[in-house]
Amino acid sequence: MRYAMAIDTKKCVGCSDCVVACQTENNVPIGFCRDWVTETVDGTYPNVSIELRSERCNHCDNSPCVRCCPTGASHFEDGGIVLVTHNKCIGCGACIESCPYEARYSHPDGYVDKCTFCIHRVRKGENPACVSVCPTSCMYFGDLDDPNSEIVNVLKNRKFKALAPEAGTKPNIFYLT
Amino acid sequence: MKEELFVSGRNIPNIDPYLHIWHWQIPIYLFLGGLAAGILFLAAVYTILGKEKEMQATVKWAPFIVPFALIIGLGMLFLDLKHKLYFWQLYTTIRLQSPMGWGAWVLMVMTPISIIWSASYIREVFPNWDWKFRFLYTFEAWVIKNRRFIAWPMAIYAVILGIYTGILLSAFNARPLWNTTILGPLFLVSGMSTGAACIILMSKNHEERRLIGRLDLLFIAVELFFIVHMIMGFLAGSQVQIDAANLFLGGQFTVPFFVFVILLGLLLPAVLEVLELIGYKMPIVIPAILVLLGGLIFRFIMVEAGQITRYLY
Repeated sequence: MRYAMAIDTKKCVGCSDCVVACQTENNVPIGFCRDWVTETVDGTYPNVSIELRSERCNHCDNSPCVRCCPTGASHFEDGGIVLVTHNKCIGCGACIESCPYEARYSHPDGYVDKCTFCIHRVRKGENPACVSVCPTSCMYFGDLDDPNSEIVNVLKNRKFKALAPEAGTKPNIFYLT
Repeated sequence: MKEELFVSGRNIPNIDPYLHIWHWQIPIYLFLGGLAAGILFLAAVYTILGKEKEMQATVKWAPFIVPFALIIGLGMLFLDLKHKLYFWQLYTTIRLQSPMGWGAWVLMVMTPISIIWSASYIREVFPNWDWKFRFLYTFEAWVIKNRRFIAWPMAIYAVILGIYTGILLSAFNARPLWNTTILGPLFLVSGMSTGAACIILMSKNHEERRLIGRLDLLFIAVELFFIVHMIMGFLAGSQVQIDAANLFLGGQFTVPFFVFVILLGLLLPAVLEVLELIGYKMPIVIPAILVLLGGLIFRFIMVEAGQITRYLY
């Protein structure tokens, strides 16, 4: 099992519903968030293009954060989901420094927090909160090892990119372009 | 023509300004670690060479600083933690892939060795020192007899400790300025140089100061060579590494780096030490203090600048 997410940058309207859904679902403290939307504008008028991306932890296969964690608090769960065990985390900040996606932050309670792919929902067979609320249905979540899953289908038929693949992290969030 | 008009990244008020997670504690920790490594390495080497008589400050007096440096360094590491009550978990896990993890273990080995080393000389400083317990006297006698055997692991561990201070940073692929293998040797040499400077400050013997001063000159030369090498490597690297090098070559860290690290921290002390060697009378304190300050500022700059560099996407 390899969980992954594909996000359609052509369908995303940048409403930030995914951000709010995540904050609500996971009780993220006010002013913090585990996912966010970036907007990149390219070109000169009148030839401009805009790309909206909902970003979060990439749950990398080769996770620098798991490697550099001195206590093993950052670890892989089933399906390659990267999690932080709160009472094992000493808050040294090494994983925050090691993440090329800046997906981790220091929770006001001291430990390091980040996207969990809503593992509590996924284990019940539901989609992560961000995916489930997307009003344009631009996000796909699923198992890359399952040839019949929607995500495998969409990755087969569309062009996609990952963020900073040159960092060697083997990210599992794909952006359909 | 394709021209980027603007990029609006994310702006999360409670996260983005604080992604810069390592503050003043880490550079001080790295500086003290390097200083301790330098002093212990030189102490061990001159003990192995059998020069305890000629090199009193190197072998005996300067190592007294080391336990304090290491304990303050560990204190800095502790201050850096955000989940402080759980710090003990550093020592209930062994994770070789994590530089932070094995560094904490190296310090855990190094601190007792340095304490034992200094303790075995304490009765030479305070002749009336009383160990209170019989077994402590026996242990002291054993240490004094076997100093040369203790010196070997001490020298090796000192090198590991010195390299570790660089590897702690260079293991982070996400920060292109740090992600260069030369940072380990560079921080080791810089640590040796600050250690030598510390010995010079503490030595009263002219011959010893001259010898360590010469060694320091060698360390400074190697350090300069490594710094040039590091920047050359960046400039020959990928875009993110070129951007990292440009922080020092025209970017916002150019002035502090060239004025405080290269000029005042390396070139000026080197010139002063050379002048001293050719026979001019120099207060040797000046280059020593410059080297120490340069080493400290170098670590501050590397830690600060590294956290600005990132991948582009």
